[in-house]
Amino acid sequence: MLTRDRLRLIRRRLVQVAPVIVLATFIVFGLQQLVPGDIAVTLAGDNATDARIAEIRALYGLDRPFLAQYGHWLWGVLHGDLGKSLLSGEVVLDSIFRRFPVSLLIVGCALALSLAIGIPLGILAATRPGSRVDAFVTSIASLGVALPNFWLAMLLVATFALNWTIFPATGAKPLSAGLGPALLHAALPSIALAAGAIAEVARQLRSSLVEVLSSQYVRTLHAKGLSPAAILWRHGLKNVSVNLLTVIGLVFNRLLGATVVIEAVFAIPGIGSMVVHAAIHKDFPVIQGVVLALVLIVIALNLLIDVLYTVFDPRIGQK
Amino acid sequence: MVTADSPPLLDVRGLGIFFRTAAGEVQATRDVSFRLEAGERLGIVGESGCGKTVTGLSILGLLPRAQSRVVGAVHFEGRDLLSLSPRALRGVRGREISMIFQEPMSALDPVFTVGEQIAETLRVHRRMGRKEARERAVEALAQVGIPLPSRRVDEYPHQLSGGMRQRAMIAIALSCEPRILIADEPTTALDVTIQAQIIDLLVDLSARTGTALIFITHDLGVIAETCTRMLTMYAGEVVEDAPVDSALERPRHPYTSGLLRSIPRLSARKSLLPSIPGRVPSPADMPAGCRFRPRCAHGVAACAATQALLDVSDARRARCIRQAELDLPGAIA
Repeated sequence: MLTRDRLRLIRRRLVQVAPVIVLATFIVFGLQQLVPGDIAVTLAGDNATDARIAEIRALYGLDRPFLAQYGHWLWGVLHGDLGKSLLSGEVVLDSIFRRFPVSLLIVGCALALSLAIGIPLGILAATRPGSRVDAFVTSIASLGVALPNFWLAMLLVATFALNWTIFPATGAKPLSAGLGPALLHAALPSIALAAGAIAEVARQLRSSLVEVLSSQYVRTLHAKGLSPAAILWRHGLKNVSVNLLTVIGLVFNRLLGATVVIEAVFAIPGIGSMVVHAAIHKDFPVIQGVVLALVLIVIALNLLIDVLYTVFDPRIGQK
Repeated sequence: MVTADSPPLLDVRGLGIFFRTAAGEVQATRDVSFRLEAGERLGIVGESGCGKTVTGLSILGLLPRAQSRVVGAVHFEGRDLLSLSPRALRGVRGREISMIFQEPMSALDPVFTVGEQIAETLRVHRRMGRKEARERAVEALAQVGIPLPSRRVDEYPHQLSGGMRQRAMIAIALSCEPRILIADEPTTALDVTIQAQIIDLLVDLSARTGTALIFITHDLGVIAETCTRMLTMYAGEVVEDAPVDSALERPRHPYTSGLLRSIPRLSARKSLLPSIPGRVPSPADMPAGCRFRPRCAHGVAACAATQALLDVSDARRARCIRQAELDLPGAIA
């Protein structure tokens, strides 16, 4: 339902995010200048003369001032042109469209896992505060947050792929290859990614639900004669939904970042391995294109969450 | 007033409330006994920390189960509420006995409309469809004097003023026409002019529907205006139980007398009363014998023994060994 209040909220947010996008891409562009290494040397090949390197630099506009390079790139973006990879010559937008679905499948599975496991755990702990169940969930959650996901990933590969060969150790299959093979390949990376997210969802949900269940309005609900089940499922969950949405947003952003490492471990041709490869070789157009895509996705998700806030909490988004 | 052949509507006997704390179990109230007749308006008065609120909550079993223990009996229509199953108790809450609270903003669920919160009470206790429950919610809002009830029914608590919220709270509590309404400091958080309106509304509704009121407050002025009986609590004990008029005129316990003389400046925020030195002892640190003795100007050697609630007359009791001999000043000097 796009009410007038919500449309106004979306308009206001869009105005706010424009400078964020420019700033994010500008910072990434700036960081590349600080990192050692030169793609012209790579492109020129072995035993290239200084003159040849300078020629290549001029060819790709790498000899121009920093602001001019950035301005040129930004101008292209405004016209829907993210440029071409300096290394492979492939159109950046095409690579992004090819590789993003691979990463999104893993991140999506990880998010689904973290909600499917984290939410029941959080509810279980919150409805029995101080009990053994609560202590168990809390310690599992601490463990999940503390485990480095690349280490967990290697452990999973060693056990389930190399030892028992239930899952493939590396690679990915797109959804177009069929749901079964795609999920089979996505399973281990998703689990490795999800461990921390499950813990985060369970912990956050537990603490906000405990707070809601001990609130004065919940005491009123008891005084009205409602059953604990009705109080939990009807009132408890609606009251924590805003917190839960916030956690989902944060977890999604983090998963998107963490997939860079996980894709490296599993040799998955997603957006993460693409940006790592580009960063090592200073392939500017690719790095910029991926960063822009990530920023846009994060911003779009946050906007969606902002709108959803107003659905669950009538106090948000009004004049 | 109390006759042998008609049992009272509510009969609280020897109510003792214990809380588990890190330092062990402490007793918050001891031997609290009182009766409430149908249609009666009972005021429970005392300073903060005297056990008024926990007494009200314990009647409906609303104290946190994991951290509290309640002994004694609360007889209501032939049943002891303290020994009812959780399921049976839910059938009493909101239908037979309702409760309203001090802070109407935090006592209402912020993400449900006022109408939904009234309707769900009706739907829990009466088999009722959504449409009918909504119509009844509008009627309930009109009954508590909320203007434009058919519009207010779809508004959220934050869209209402403090007084309107408390009216909505009362509408929820009275939606199932309960026999008893427990009002815990219902006007403390409101402006003075709104306070008077809410009190008038409660008295008016209780007179019209025959709902008995238990009015928990630190404000003796409110009790003088609204109640028929007055129960004075001090340090977890009932120290005086009397008809309001006679208690105001001639209190039988030095604490009641001290409270009455403090009326003009009595405030919940201040823990010191102008006419009574000292402050309420904490539950973990109760004086032996008469609990009021350290603050009392009339103490004698016999006060060192544990005091019983003594009969003053048929309708009056006081927990003071000198109740017959002392001539204590009341509110009407």
